[in-house]
Amino acid sequence: MYRILKSDLPKLYAAISAKNDLLLPVKTAGKTNFALWTEDAVVDIEALKTVKSPKDAFFPQSENLYTCGKVDGKTTITEEERCNAPFVVFGIKGCDVRAIAVLDKVFLSEPVDSYYASRREHGVIVSMACNRPETSCFCGAFGIDCAQPEGDVVTWQAGEYLYWQPMTEKGEVLTQQVAEFLSACEDAPVNEAMEQIRAICNKLPLKDLDLSAWGAEAAQKNFDSPIWEQLYKPCLACGTCTFVCPTCQCYDIKDYNTGNGVQRYRCWDSCMYSDFTMMAHGNNRNSQMQRFRQRFMHKLAYFPANNDGMFSCVGCGRCVDSCPAHLNIVKVIKAFGKGEK
Amino acid sequence: MQEAMHECKCNPGFMRDTLVPQVGIITDIRQETPDVKTFRVNAPEGGKLFEHMPGQCAMVCVPGVSEAMFSITSSPTNKEYQEFSIKRCGDLTDCLHSLQIGDEVLVRGPYGNHFPVETELKGKNLLFIAGGIGLAPLRSVINYVLDNRENYGTVDILYGSRSADDLVRRDELENVWAKTPGVNVYMTIDRPQEGWDGHVGFVPAYLEEVGFDTNKVALLCGPPIMIKFCLQALEKLGFSKEQVYTTLELRMKCGVGKCGRCNIGTKYVCKDGPVFRFDQVDELPNEY
Repeated sequence: MYRILKSDLPKLYAAISAKNDLLLPVKTAGKTNFALWTEDAVVDIEALKTVKSPKDAFFPQSENLYTCGKVDGKTTITEEERCNAPFVVFGIKGCDVRAIAVLDKVFLSEPVDSYYASRREHGVIVSMACNRPETSCFCGAFGIDCAQPEGDVVTWQAGEYLYWQPMTEKGEVLTQQVAEFLSACEDAPVNEAMEQIRAICNKLPLKDLDLSAWGAEAAQKNFDSPIWEQLYKPCLACGTCTFVCPTCQCYDIKDYNTGNGVQRYRCWDSCMYSDFTMMAHGNNRNSQMQRFRQRFMHKLAYFPANNDGMFSCVGCGRCVDSCPAHLNIVKVIKAFGKGEK
Repeated sequence: MQEAMHECKCNPGFMRDTLVPQVGIITDIRQETPDVKTFRVNAPEGGKLFEHMPGQCAMVCVPGVSEAMFSITSSPTNKEYQEFSIKRCGDLTDCLHSLQIGDEVLVRGPYGNHFPVETELKGKNLLFIAGGIGLAPLRSVINYVLDNRENYGTVDILYGSRSADDLVRRDELENVWAKTPGVNVYMTIDRPQEGWDGHVGFVPAYLEEVGFDTNKVALLCGPPIMIKFCLQALEKLGFSKEQVYTTLELRMKCGVGKCGRCNIGTKYVCKDGPVFRFDQVDELPNEY
């Protein structure tokens, strides 16, 4: 275990930044999101949740795949360069670290997505324990311990210090790069901090969220339930939940005509949008109820069925906080709870 | 199973992502019906862009317009080129229909599973049932079967469309397949038409009327409504769902089960399909 005075953190950021791009929570116009560190960035490691999840670091909201041009009347295809330099994402919370494992199941399964894989290869995850989990948090329901997240390096805030524990080879390498700012220390303050966090978690209203109606076996059963017809009604189909979600991975592939060639890019999309499945011969999900059902069935039943029971929800609670209609995955999970089938 | 990446021909050692296409040259265009054209595609240096199996699909793209999934209608036994029969029904297909021989398109694939021509279909009597542009995926299987004739039993082809003018590959149906020993071709059109002395009526009704023996495996492709009633007709004739194969068609973007569009239940049609047996289709939520 190592530690650094929190007041010395800017020096640590500068040291990491010297050899790696550093992404960390930065406050801009009152909102905290992951952004590239610069000397004048307003770093905000006190914020519990960033508005958007850090999935951008590995699966950007928009990224170029390749560019088509013309040379002597012949079409040329120039692939976008893959990520080839190390970068560090600092301050990822336990739920968001698990979300990356969910995205791995999608993008690193055959055939491997080389754009995503190159970022996973070069990215170092420095996670951070959550000091003050909130009422909208329910990561515990998915077996995530926000007091002791996974990551290449795990950090804890306690008193005046940030505690630092490398967990993987990548984490060791980074630790060596910044060794001059870290001093070895006892585990005791971290153990105490973890106890305090777990005590808060035990008081959270959603700590006993019952997932027994969900999982692989629910794939057939819950689809035909009449509950959906009532449940979806407030949904505005705005897609906010999918854009703040750390595990949503649906994407679109589109063209941008630069005037000097065509860039083919992909960008986040939402299964909640009416044109998501639209084809020339029709739309297989032409009601909002069907689209709403698809999103939650995918996260809570289809994905677990295909991935050894792993849910495609990590309980970060962003959708709980941001849905303008106060609809969210917790309501869906509960609606199918005990006694209702 | 498709491979994750292919080695780039012009830059050995460099692996191309499956999302990145190859340039293909249109080497022939045949106007099949007023709104269907068949495009022959070759690699710029000649030959095929890749190998495929009957029923597999590929993404065809016009840069700046769009990209969409089309079934490869030529048989893998054809060693010279690949063909796509494409109906004009949207922005991309409008653009494709305006292309000329010598023009370039971008192609990536092959994607998806295929009809089990080397396993479950081997040694079987086969009944092909197609409606309209639904012949496109089945044509690949039909020619594969006819080129490996000794591996299969009898072949019956029942094909229908709106009118005589909308029969895709009519020349091949009448002059090649119908004249192959052991192959019976049944054609029908929806409404009577001058100059047509063949059968008139919808495909499902004709299917019952002909009344095929159940010692066959049926392969069924066409518009959803036709598929629904053909399946009912086949069940009336005594076919079980395990004897009937079809292809599903949903919106696709990536082709590799990641972008989420063609997800129904636990399946991704682009990767786990497009070919499904009807008992497998029954296990999917009713969203196709």
